[in-house]
Amino acid sequence: MSEVVVGTEIASLELPPISRFTLALYAGASGDHNPIHIDSDFAKKAGMPDVFAHGMLSMAYLGRMLTNWQPQSRLVKFSSRFLTITQLYDVIMCSGKVTEVFEEGGQQRARIEVIAARKDGTQTLAGEAIVAI
Amino acid sequence: MLDRSRIGHEFESFSAEVEKGRLRFFAKSIGETDPVYWDEAAARSAGYRNIPAPPTFPFSLDMDGPELLPVIDFLKMDVSRILHGAQEFEYPGMIYAGDTITVKSKLKDIFDKKSGALEFVVMENSYTNQNNEVVAKSTCTLVYRNA
Repeated sequence: MSEVVVGTEIASLELPPISRFTLALYAGASGDHNPIHIDSDFAKKAGMPDVFAHGMLSMAYLGRMLTNWQPQSRLVKFSSRFLTITQLYDVIMCSGKVTEVFEEGGQQRARIEVIAARKDGTQTLAGEAIVAI
Repeated sequence: MLDRSRIGHEFESFSAEVEKGRLRFFAKSIGETDPVYWDEAAARSAGYRNIPAPPTFPFSLDMDGPELLPVIDFLKMDVSRILHGAQEFEYPGMIYAGDTITVKSKLKDIFDKKSGALEFVVMENSYTNQNNEVVAKSTCTLVYRNA
């Protein structure tokens, strides 16, 4: 593997547009059956324009990007804040960059800033991962 | 306002089986392209003892108990006003297909911002496998819209 240094960018991941089908599949598979993500009538009654994506779906996309980069067994910590609701038809792009390389627990570890954003650049999730390298 | 006297409550733990088919379905639903997440042989040749649960899967275990998220009823929250604010995971180990995971949850904190217009409910969870190893920990912050 090439050397991991501060500023190293990990391979980004672009997702297909969020569809109702995406949300239905994720609701079933994840066990998050909150109707606000799959039932337009419910979402509208709750004052939302329509159903919207689970925050954890985008966090799972960030997770895919991380485990594409390093095996999951090296993942030490992974966190995310949900900044903006991901709407139907949004195209999400995941990216990550090494911000620190340090030693901890007898391991070399990298701190990675991870971001999910819409095509227009609006950040939807911002988080951090610690990965053993 | 949500009842602050409930802070510190520990919910009854429950156990959930991590089924192989569920992990395959989860992998499909997030568009996973790495076969270790659905093919047992690929997982074993990558050094795993079975198909691994992806990094965010512990959140799905939170909802495998008798209720979607017990804290919703416990604090008498209206599900349509809840948003997910933040999520953190720590991985002292890994979760695999075939594991039985015991999920323990605690109501860690409730606080508000914008003069109570938004309240934050912080849950702390731990995940212990059948060998009594704590394999993951998580902190989940829910946002409750009062206005």
